Amino acid sequence: MATPIITVEHLTKRYVLRHQQAPRYTALRDVLADKARSFFRSASPRLTREEFLALDDVGFSVDAGDRVGIIGRNGAGKSTLLKILSRITEPSKGRITIDGRVASLLEVGTGFHPELTGRENIFLNGSILGMGRAEIASKFDEIVAFAEVEKFLDTPVKRYSSGMYVRLAFAVAAHLEPEILIVDEVLAVGDAAFQRKCLGKMESVAGEGRTVLFVSHQMDAVQRLCNKGLLLHKGRLITSGPMQQVVDRYLQHQSSSTAEVVFPILLDDPPNAHARSLRIENPEGAPLAEVPVGSPWQVRIAFTVEKPMEGFVIAIGISTLLDLPLRTSWSHARPISPGRYEVVFRNDDIHLTTGTYKLVVGLSDQGRSLQYLPDQATITISDAGAQVADARIVNYKSGMLINQMPSSIHRMD
Amino acid sequence: MSSYRIVLEPGSANRHYWRDLWNYRGLFGFLAWRDILVRYKQTAIGIAWSVLRPLLTLVVMAFIGWLFDSQLPGDVPRLLLVGAATLPWTFFSTAFSESSNSLITNSNLLSKVYFPRLIVPASTVIVCLIDFLISFVILLVLMAAYRFVPDIKILLLPLFLMLALVTAMGSGLLIAALNVKYRDFRYVVPFIVQFGLYVSPVAFSSADIYGSDRIPQALKFIYALNPMVGVIDGFRWCILGGQTILYLPGFLLSVGISVLVLILGIRYFRKTERGFADVI
Repeated sequence: MATPIITVEHLTKRYVLRHQQAPRYTALRDVLADKARSFFRSASPRLTREEFLALDDVGFSVDAGDRVGIIGRNGAGKSTLLKILSRITEPSKGRITIDGRVASLLEVGTGFHPELTGRENIFLNGSILGMGRAEIASKFDEIVAFAEVEKFLDTPVKRYSSGMYVRLAFAVAAHLEPEILIVDEVLAVGDAAFQRKCLGKMESVAGEGRTVLFVSHQMDAVQRLCNKGLLLHKGRLITSGPMQQVVDRYLQHQSSSTAEVVFPILLDDPPNAHARSLRIENPEGAPLAEVPVGSPWQVRIAFTVEKPMEGFVIAIGISTLLDLPLRTSWSHARPISPGRYEVVFRNDDIHLTTGTYKLVVGLSDQGRSLQYLPDQATITISDAGAQVADARIVNYKSGMLINQMPSSIHRMD
Repeated sequence: MSSYRIVLEPGSANRHYWRDLWNYRGLFGFLAWRDILVRYKQTAIGIAWSVLRPLLTLVVMAFIGWLFDSQLPGDVPRLLLVGAATLPWTFFSTAFSESSNSLITNSNLLSKVYFPRLIVPASTVIVCLIDFLISFVILLVLMAAYRFVPDIKILLLPLFLMLALVTAMGSGLLIAALNVKYRDFRYVVPFIVQFGLYVSPVAFSSADIYGSDRIPQALKFIYALNPMVGVIDGFRWCILGGQTILYLPGFLLSVGISVLVLILGIRYFRKTERGFADVI
């Protein structure tokens, strides 16, 4: 059963970066000028160029029927990998063998033409994605039903709402039937209900034994859909294996890089006290880039006191990214002498839902503000690798606070 | 399990290129169909534009020919003489300029899906060909008006249409591929088209050039290098019958250049197309 359908060996993709923000395309004039210059001085034009390895010696293989999740931070090389596998661009080094028909979905609605009607775009987009005319015709009704656009089939898509547009585009792609399906972050479109529908469709595609390669930043989607994972970082393959392991590794990997924020140092006229750094940790003191939803966490802030004070207070606030304050906690006012200090704020009572929140830090003395840092640090609550905090929680999208109220059901008859 | 095995390696020419091209013929059709559908959307007179544009060129060119008193072979009416040249010229100029820009206007496709890139400029040329066939109505009307009956040679017209196609396709492919990397060609193309109208026998006929004592031999040779000279002379020879003569050496030279440009165009296109997505 386990025969590799895709084999990738020593795959490298090199781009040449031009500095000084030259335009991406070259003008003939520049080439001629370069040539002329290098004619007189042999080695000058290389100075402004730098090589950039979008992929660096990546190797892996995919078995038929595997659903592979490819994860990594921005710039890890995920999209470049998909572009090479879908033959849009060629590798600089290495070798890839693919045994099967590939369809790739790197963007929703590639080739949609705004002037054409929904019906016409279904045919056009289908053929761009590699379907034959007969194949599209046979799935036409299914596509229309999935997209829920029956009434607007003969309206130009430029008059569609953006939601309708995206639904139609995804519907066409979802009805592809290749042996290998390559999907880039496309589920991040549409409303939540449609996202669920898309994910469900992807699951059923995967269930039919087709091979799927899927890039996403949504760990829950990747974990639901994929059995194998690849973790890329700056063009290198960090690890591959069962999806859960790869996700765990990714979260660990992330934590060392974003759990800690170092505040800018104020050289001129430093206030009487100022914060130096902030770190998000688990209760044992290990740094956490993303806090698993429902888990306790703590914030450790290092600060320096320059002058003795009578009523020193340090405070931490949590607000949404839209600056809606959720909670503020203050330390007890106390006299303090110059030196370096640390404070730890523990959170083990209120559980926020998944998402990113701002952490605001403030230092004051007897009600006078010394330093206020509203936009320096964030905390991310993630549902990846979470143990469900409370079995009663149905989903994390039902409110900002997920603490459950005590409830009891009494029989009344 | 499919036997469709693909090996991707740097620089390896795609061995299945022509087979792929055949497999993607559906997309070719759809792209052409899209361009036809979209071409005259939201225009008041729609498809009439494909007749009106060459018609206006025809009138202006006939007027210029009359003004400079260019020769008329036999008793061929001037409108017919100019008409037999305007149609292939209009086809060439639109096909050439639109296919040159086709890769840029479809850059979203190039960077998101794989298909043999040759499809894009080729389908653009086909769309222009359909415009040409529609505009052929002009010539039929003119013939009817002048009660002009073409002789048997008109059956050879498809051959010369083929030649026009080869010329437009070859130059279009070459410039389209260059245009991806050097956008200078966006400015070069309109210039070539404008310039071409003056050096091609649209307002005048090749007999004016070859038969002139004033024009040195070297210039006549350079004139014959223009592939559109061959195309237009061929069209006139077919449509107007025995009234015009085909100057064979010049004609063969034009044909040679057309074929050469096509070969060059395809080779350069094939060589650069794998990098299109990276630079476009």
